[in-house]
Amino acid sequence: MRAVSLPETRHGERTLLVTLVLVIAALSALPVLRLLIEGFSLAGGLSLAPLRRALDDPATWVATRNSFETAIGGTVLAVILGTVVALTVSLTDFRARHAFVFCFVLPLMIAPQVTALAWLQVTGPASPLLQMLGLAPPMGSKNPLYSREGIILLLGIQYAPLVFLTLRAGLRQLPREMIEAAQAAGAGRWVVLRTVILPLMTPGLIAGTALAFVSSIGNFGIAALLGIPGKYVVLPTLIYQRLAGLGPSVLSEVAVLSMIVGIIAAGGILVQDVLARRSDYRIATTSIAARPFPLGRWRRPVETFAWTFTALVLAIPLLGLVIMSLVPAYGVALNWGTATFANYAYVLVEHAAAKRALFNSMWLAGTAAALIVVVSIPLAYFLVWRRSRLLRVLGLAAELPYVLPGVVLAIALILLLLKPIPLLGLALYNTVWIILVAYLARFLVLGLKPIISGYQQLDRGLEEAAQVAGARLFQRLRQILAPIVAPAAAAGALLVFLTAFNELTVSALLWSSGAETLGVVVFSFEQAGESNYAAALAVLTVALTVGLMGATAGFARRLPEGVLPWRD
Amino acid sequence: MARLTLESVSRRFGAFTALDRVSIDVADGELLAVLGPSGCGKTTLLRAVAGFDPVDEGAITIGERRVSAAGIHVPPEERRVGIVFQSYALWPHMSVAENVGYPLRVAKTPVPERQRRVDETLALVGLTGFNTRKPAELSGGQRQRVALARCLVMTPSLVLLDEPLANLDVHLRHAMEAELASLHRRTAMTMIYITHDQAEAMALADRIAVMDNGAVLQLASPSMLYREPASETVARFIGEGMVVDADIAGRAADATRRHATIGSIPVAIRAPAGSRVEGGARVCLRPRDLAIAAPGEPALEAHVVRTLYRGGAFRIEARAGATGDEILRLDAPEPCGLKPGDAVRLALKDGWLLG
Repeated sequence: MRAVSLPETRHGERTLLVTLVLVIAALSALPVLRLLIEGFSLAGGLSLAPLRRALDDPATWVATRNSFETAIGGTVLAVILGTVVALTVSLTDFRARHAFVFCFVLPLMIAPQVTALAWLQVTGPASPLLQMLGLAPPMGSKNPLYSREGIILLLGIQYAPLVFLTLRAGLRQLPREMIEAAQAAGAGRWVVLRTVILPLMTPGLIAGTALAFVSSIGNFGIAALLGIPGKYVVLPTLIYQRLAGLGPSVLSEVAVLSMIVGIIAAGGILVQDVLARRSDYRIATTSIAARPFPLGRWRRPVETFAWTFTALVLAIPLLGLVIMSLVPAYGVALNWGTATFANYAYVLVEHAAAKRALFNSMWLAGTAAALIVVVSIPLAYFLVWRRSRLLRVLGLAAELPYVLPGVVLAIALILLLLKPIPLLGLALYNTVWIILVAYLARFLVLGLKPIISGYQQLDRGLEEAAQVAGARLFQRLRQILAPIVAPAAAAGALLVFLTAFNELTVSALLWSSGAETLGVVVFSFEQAGESNYAAALAVLTVALTVGLMGATAGFARRLPEGVLPWRD
Repeated sequence: MARLTLESVSRRFGAFTALDRVSIDVADGELLAVLGPSGCGKTTLLRAVAGFDPVDEGAITIGERRVSAAGIHVPPEERRVGIVFQSYALWPHMSVAENVGYPLRVAKTPVPERQRRVDETLALVGLTGFNTRKPAELSGGQRQRVALARCLVMTPSLVLLDEPLANLDVHLRHAMEAELASLHRRTAMTMIYITHDQAEAMALADRIAVMDNGAVLQLASPSMLYREPASETVARFIGEGMVVDADIAGRAADATRRHATIGSIPVAIRAPAGSRVEGGARVCLRPRDLAIAAPGEPALEAHVVRTLYRGGAFRIEARAGATGDEILRLDAPEPCGLKPGDAVRLALKDGWLLG
């Protein structure tokens, strides 16, 4: 057998790899393992009481049924919307495509609780917009969105971009010869769509569907803002209510609930895997993109319809949010006399928790983005260029906390960190640090993916040339590879920052006094009926999010295709 | 003194043998070309010498130092081997001077000396004044020179060139070929030149190692490869060789030749020392060994299969009943009235007895 000695240089490499394995293990494998141990110890009869309590409680099964209803409904809506838009944008001579894709994908980047809040402002009896139009339902009537249908509608809008993006990526790679060959064989455009394009898109459709389903099952922001007032409880909100009401004493019980969520999500992924394996339509050739089908006289109506739709689901709710943030109290109509910036002043200057939350979310998101990039640059290097079984497992482990719903990760981290870490004596529970740990675990893969595609586009020779020039691994990473993948790393950092900055699901379960996040404060304001403050804070986060998304235009040219979801 | 020695180096990927007991000695200052079709193992050979891949068996020695063997693997960063990559692998975020100076920066060479040596090396490759340009602002030929300069600046013990001209267009390729040759003369550096283009290898190399299926078939000077191929494979691969059956009937007056009969035509062919003096054998013919026969001259009766105009001359491809399926190729000066299907009589001038 080959016995290659490991001279000094290889030790640096090994140390780095071991460090990365430990980091991933601590962030991903350990919490999930801890949750599984809890599950087995319950199932193993060590303490059956929590298991029985959770499974005997009718609320568990109502929430499970509700979760299925909303997730399936939301997924169906998302798939229909996402597919229609992806096909229209990719295959026709639809104009102003870039602007439309930016708007269509925007809901994905806006926090679900903000989307919910915005919709509530335009649909309720107190809607300043409806009042200005004189269309508001009578005061005291229930907002129609506080219902199962409301949740399904918003889940569908929130996650349609996920289906869109996976399909769009597939459609981009569809070689134009395949369409032209079908046309040459005499097929009209609808026949080509049905017999060639859609079948080839099945893998993307399956992946997008699974993604939308898993996201819907785990969604907390929409379910909480619409479901809690509407007394329509799904599993994530049930977990939240139990934990918020009774504290860590019910931890074993909510662990059971979070495992149910985890099992449903895992089931969705499993079904996807089985289906994907049956439809291996990998496209072997590469070619220029298909030439668009002319819409002809339908072009104007289609474009009008698309932009009207965008206005309805994006612009009007956001406008409602802005209006709500400018009126002095719930139910007051906006005019020159009533408009005020007092709500902004309140959340930015007076309210201590809101100020803290702004600061906390900023530094948590910033720190998470920076640390994730620092870990991802060497991690992606190993994943792309040093294939081995260990690294394949490592790559999957890094994805796990993002694939699993946020509530599952949050409960797992509480179980893991409730007691101080042995040996170190560090107590993270009830501090802001547990949120940072959760962000690192959950969003690592968001930062990692763009950097991986960055490396995949690189000529390996760039590294080897530095190697023969005498540069050690750390030197190569620092002086050669990091600068070259920097644009992709910046994109990854931005995705992490925006997602963490807008995040609610994880921090709703992990926050403590003094460690609030923006999501938590917006949610608390709305729960306390102070929609004006919630709206003001939400407008600020949307402005920052859209501003940062727009700021990427400067370096987007240098990015691998598809790295920034809102860039078409 | 040998600069690079490979002793029976083998490299396997699963059941596939990429390098099969390869032994090569490269003398100090020599330019050795490694020539073979794609998949023949030449890139694996380069990567083993550079240290990117370990060897399964055998040993590699650079200068006095054993760098690869069972239990030994000196990493690439410690081998002081320069490589010019096929893609050039210039770092896009660094200027020309930064690219070229990188090996010195890694070696912590003081800045003034670094600048001086970068300037000297850029002058050597004819890029004086390009210091601040970025790779994206250079033409293909200029990138090639930067890649060369980056490799030369570290005064490597050995330079590996991986199909360095493959990405250039035809005109530039000839110019760079001449420049590489002159650079090799001036620097007297030991170079290993990987290529699948035999014209390039013939033009540049002191010696050529012909590889196929992971093994070295023959290692010899270009003219030896052409005149005296060691095997049928080499004979066919190099110089448009044809291989036909012959009967050998004793030594010719010139002792290095044999009397041979090819399809009833007698011809005195060259033969390796100690080769057979009688019996059936295989013979390598080059296009220049064939000619259209004068009237009355003993000749193979053949018919033209194809004619190709090559500017000033025609390449004639013909088939003779006596030599079976082998396509016989020869050049005929313009004007030439032959068309496919015409009968033609081919005289044999020379040949090489394959051992």
